[in-house]
Amino acid sequence: MLSRVADSIYWLSRYLERAENIARILDVNIQMTLDLPSSFQEQWAPLVQITAEDEFFAEHYGKPTQETVTCFLLFDKNYPNSILSCLRAARENARSIRDAITSEMWEQINDFYHLVNNASSVPHVLGSPHHLLDEIKQESHQFIGIVHALYSHGEGYHFSRLGRSIERADKTSRILDVKYFVILPSISHVGTPYDGIQWAAVLKSIGAFEMYRKKYGRILPERVVEFLLLDHEFPRSVRFCLGNAEQSLHAITGTPQGAYRNKAEQFLGQLSSELAYTSSSEIIESGLHEFLDSLQGKLNRLDEAICETFFALRPLGHIG
Amino acid sequence: MFQDYDPEGYFDETFSPGGEPRPAAAMLTGRIRELGLEELRRRQEAAESSFLHSGITFNVYGSDEGTEKIWPFDIIPRIIDASEWDRIERGLQQRVTALNLFIHDVYNDRKIINDKVVPSELVFSSKTFREGCVGLNPPHGIWCHITGTDLVRDGDGQFYVLEDNLRCPSGVSYVLENRRVMKQTFPQLFETSSIRPVDDYPSRLLEALQYLAPQTDTTPKVVLLTPGVFNSAFFEHAFLARQMGIELVEGRDLTVSSGFVYMRTTSGFERVDVIYRRVDDDFLDPDVFRADSLLGVKGLMQVFREGRVALANAPGTGIADDKAIYSYLPDIVNYYLDEEMILPNVPTYVCSREEDLKFVLAHLDKLVVKPTDESGGYGLLVGPHASKKEREEFAERIQADPRKYIAQPTLALSRCPVIVEDHCEGRHVDLRPFILIGEEVYVLPGGLTRVALRKGSLVVNSSQGGGSKDTWALS
Repeated sequence: MLSRVADSIYWLSRYLERAENIARILDVNIQMTLDLPSSFQEQWAPLVQITAEDEFFAEHYGKPTQETVTCFLLFDKNYPNSILSCLRAARENARSIRDAITSEMWEQINDFYHLVNNASSVPHVLGSPHHLLDEIKQESHQFIGIVHALYSHGEGYHFSRLGRSIERADKTSRILDVKYFVILPSISHVGTPYDGIQWAAVLKSIGAFEMYRKKYGRILPERVVEFLLLDHEFPRSVRFCLGNAEQSLHAITGTPQGAYRNKAEQFLGQLSSELAYTSSSEIIESGLHEFLDSLQGKLNRLDEAICETFFALRPLGHIG
Repeated sequence: MFQDYDPEGYFDETFSPGGEPRPAAAMLTGRIRELGLEELRRRQEAAESSFLHSGITFNVYGSDEGTEKIWPFDIIPRIIDASEWDRIERGLQQRVTALNLFIHDVYNDRKIINDKVVPSELVFSSKTFREGCVGLNPPHGIWCHITGTDLVRDGDGQFYVLEDNLRCPSGVSYVLENRRVMKQTFPQLFETSSIRPVDDYPSRLLEALQYLAPQTDTTPKVVLLTPGVFNSAFFEHAFLARQMGIELVEGRDLTVSSGFVYMRTTSGFERVDVIYRRVDDDFLDPDVFRADSLLGVKGLMQVFREGRVALANAPGTGIADDKAIYSYLPDIVNYYLDEEMILPNVPTYVCSREEDLKFVLAHLDKLVVKPTDESGGYGLLVGPHASKKEREEFAERIQADPRKYIAQPTLALSRCPVIVEDHCEGRHVDLRPFILIGEEVYVLPGGLTRVALRKGSLVVNSSQGGGSKDTWALS
């Protein structure tokens, strides 16, 4: 497979996964607002904080409210990680490799983009975006289904899964991190019903609420952390995502799992075993935020290693 | 539906001057009457949304990002009857065969020049003559593997060749996509009429490309070289690559090493045997053509020259679509094939000939003047529509560089009915059939009918209000 094509498949999959996760974060925050007393209005600020675009936001939108944050994260064309920007980037990537993906994949991305782009000019959508956010999640799932069911499970498939898995691991960790931002200014609420509501919201935004209930029942912070970071069955837990990424990476290279022949395999192997041999109590003891921060840094390094191993246009060396 | 339809004295593709449908179109007009206008418009909308869904859109330059338009499409097809199509097919086969021989001759033995059939100064003064191609001997002597020839029908009902496009002609993807949509739109008509199929074009093209591969034991590696996603024909590049199951590559994906062309893959470098290139000559290889090109592949021409990679079309083919050369086509056909030309040219005045130049300058108000080295309707003067001042300015330009211009009479392009709000009106059309030279010469039945959607307009280009129609060549 052409390096450029692999690069585009990897990134278009990341962008679509990113769009879905932003929709999840938004949706849950909106749901949560309805349950919390109005003094909790400041919970829209953390959503801006995690984008690290506070200044841009203040300049263009002013105060973070449901409407402004939703507009920013859904439709802002100048913010590269808004849902619309992600879909546009995914679509441009898909367009440049239309020959390498199936028509069904392209049409799904194309329709997905048009859905959100058209919605951006519909009045009142910011006032009640629930339906649109739901559609966004479904469109993303439909794409994953199409890839799974209609795209040969060869190199392209594995680059797609690799991109999606890494993005998903990153976003699960970031959603968990939002909780850190939300909880910090209201430490007095720990143990109150509001705290429970917030932890439930975190689970819901990842789509993990029901699966968590089935496994652990009561919502306990330590268990939630365990479930979202270390569970080996739930498909959005960080550990599960990295397991998928590892399988795909090794399917691409043919290196047996447990061994490595390039930096990407080495990084990912180290990260996976780190997660396999830690526990949630250890993580919380040494600081959840610090752990998540370091995890995100490692995911970035993994991404760089993948780029260097497969996509970078190196000068021509030896030809086998 | 058609009750008030008026051909207004033009040759109409669908109706005879008396207002009756032409025999080949009778079934179609009957079906359209049956459906009624409302249903027809519903189907038109369905066809448009199908194009949008498959992303067959182009960006509108200068407007806000995200405003994409489909290329306007009218669902009333243009019909060409069987015997007429047979003649066009033979005419085009003859024409590209002669043009191909001409290109090979010009870059090798120059017999036609030495025999003074075509003036040597005309050939060597052409902007599209490529010194870097002299002495090239491409596989099987084929230079123009893919040609798109523009035909028009004048008021006399006769088809004329307006120009040949032997460089990187585009538009064939619209032929295939229009047909796909039309099969959904008028399934019954496809069952009951004998419409020649277009669907095997990608297989034919692939065969023609594989035919060029240097002898190898393995299946030849064929790729399509595109300038990239920002090129206006990118959709077509990706479409054809997908239809043929070949890799779509950009210049940066390819590299030349130890006498071969390779592409960069995730598992190393892979050899490439045949390149269907949709990058213009000028940008193909910075070593030989434009040194500032970022779209091409450094060293590509040398590998081509040594026969270790094939290029389709070969570089240098532009010499044969120079519009001054065009005027010599009857002689070219006669010289190589010893045949009379089947499809006539539009009468052409070559300004580098003194007597033609005089005539052109005296009749600017009746003529269309075109630059010899441009295609796509750029830089021309439409005499009857131009102001006196424009004509005077143009006359100066012609006198300053007569070699650069030819002139032709204004044609009364034939028309086809299109849907305009709640009725049908006639609009001018042209026709671009596509011809492949491989082991044999294949003409795609029908071709791209472009239609000038603005009332009275003769300009069919998509950038200037042109659209397209499906073209049914009957058998």
